[in-house]
Amino acid sequence: MTLDVHIRAKTYPSRTPGKDHTAIAGIDFSVPEGQFTCIVGPSGCGKTTLLNIVSGLEQEVDGTVSLSGRPTDEAHLGYMFQTPRLMPWLSVLENVRLVMDGGENGEKGDEDLARRLLEEMDLGDVMDAFPSRLSGGMMRRVALARAFVVKPRLLLMDEPFISLDEPVAKRLRKLLLAIWNERPTTVLFITHDLNEALFLADRILFMSPSPGRIVHDYTVPLARPRAKLASDDIRNLRQNLLKEHPDLLTGLIGVEEEERRESDRRHLASGKETG
Amino acid sequence: MFDLKVLSGSPSGFWLRFFSLCLLLLVWGVVAAIADSSLLPGPWAVAVNMVAHLREGDIVYHTGITLARVAVAFVVSMIIGTVIGICMGHSKTMDTFFDGWLVLGLNIPALVIIILCYIWFGLTEVAVIVAVAINKIPLVVVMVREGARAVDRELLQVAQVYRLSRTKTLFKTYLPQLYPYLMAAARSGLSLIWKIVLVVELLGRSNGVGFQLHSFFQFFDIASILAYTLAFVGVILFFEMAVLRPLEVRLTRWRL
Repeated sequence: MTLDVHIRAKTYPSRTPGKDHTAIAGIDFSVPEGQFTCIVGPSGCGKTTLLNIVSGLEQEVDGTVSLSGRPTDEAHLGYMFQTPRLMPWLSVLENVRLVMDGGENGEKGDEDLARRLLEEMDLGDVMDAFPSRLSGGMMRRVALARAFVVKPRLLLMDEPFISLDEPVAKRLRKLLLAIWNERPTTVLFITHDLNEALFLADRILFMSPSPGRIVHDYTVPLARPRAKLASDDIRNLRQNLLKEHPDLLTGLIGVEEEERRESDRRHLASGKETG
Repeated sequence: MFDLKVLSGSPSGFWLRFFSLCLLLLVWGVVAAIADSSLLPGPWAVAVNMVAHLREGDIVYHTGITLARVAVAFVVSMIIGTVIGICMGHSKTMDTFFDGWLVLGLNIPALVIIILCYIWFGLTEVAVIVAVAINKIPLVVVMVREGARAVDRELLQVAQVYRLSRTKTLFKTYLPQLYPYLMAAARSGLSLIWKIVLVVELLGRSNGVGFQLHSFFQFFDIASILAYTLAFVGVILFFEMAVLRPLEVRLTRWRL
């Protein structure tokens, strides 16, 4: 289930012709099966666009995305959005069941799995409640159960714990890791919080500001299970990382290198011409 | 607290409604007694008249005919209006294209449509249904279009990402967003349709409540006119209370 992403460019047409907005400028990476990869970048750098392309929500793109050589729009995906996006007219259990055997493959959904997942999420008592009755953290847990109930081969998460207060977010991160541990799958997790990424991920891809590109590929040298978000390990890692690449979070290093190489090449070319 | 109770139809609300209706009957009775004219029969006279019509069976027959016409016209206009409304809500081109037609449809007097339908289609049931539907469809379109414009695309993306089938997407993620608008269209539609159906019947049918009212009018039989009217209003109210209201509660119970 290797995920291969090769995007040459993603542009949005703008009102003034000829000045199309470039959201993503060249992204190439592969995620091996079962790896938890975080994508970190400043807001507006095209992270969500990237995820929409990977999920198949965004079809018009110059590039290809494949999961073990097949397009992702045939695959079982789990997707957690920035907001829970539950159907308000369906109960908690119905919301989770909604996405089961939804695929064209005709696979019969496991009726019990929805209940079991909800119970693991501590939502056993509210299965028949409507989402409007739940707190923000509970709604996220339902969305998490919904993402895992399809037995996803690829799990996409778009800053799912944003706008939660820290204790709730902390609990959800632990829950995510626990459930991912039991049901391993390839994860692509977007965040702009470096600590969160260091806590969760096996590997972190850093994106530059818009138009987005990958500027650094970092493997997290921490064993699992990891203690907690505010541990010394993570603080040290963060400091080292920022010391080595001080511009990382503004995403400038890669671009500068790229530009230097570009201008070198131009110098060489012009040198040849004149010489 | 008290206001909420009254509105939610709790016992105190029920008695308030009951009392208000009794008062209306009383006023009617007193005015009829003072006028003492065959042109304004009192509630009792109307009730006696209604029982007589029920014994003869004519009120049941004609009310049934009218109800059947209302039902067919209602279903036809809801389906066509919903489809057009959804299309116009989602496509800017369609919206611009049909907007002129819509304004025209909303503003042609019902009477003109009825006369033209009778002339073009003859004095037939088809003419009845077409005339009523043309009157009603624009109103459904306007409401459903509003709903379609307000559809939450983020929820549709969920359906897309989880590869839900078309039927599931339609019935579990799309239509529920339109239910409040469809319910509003249905309720306002019902009251409009049955009023128009009576006019249509009066102008060109030989049965139905409208036809009967026409006959009673020629004989100045006011008691029968009131008896038929009250009977029919009763049926519609019953449908509203027994079907539409519970349906609405069911479809929108998730809104707390």
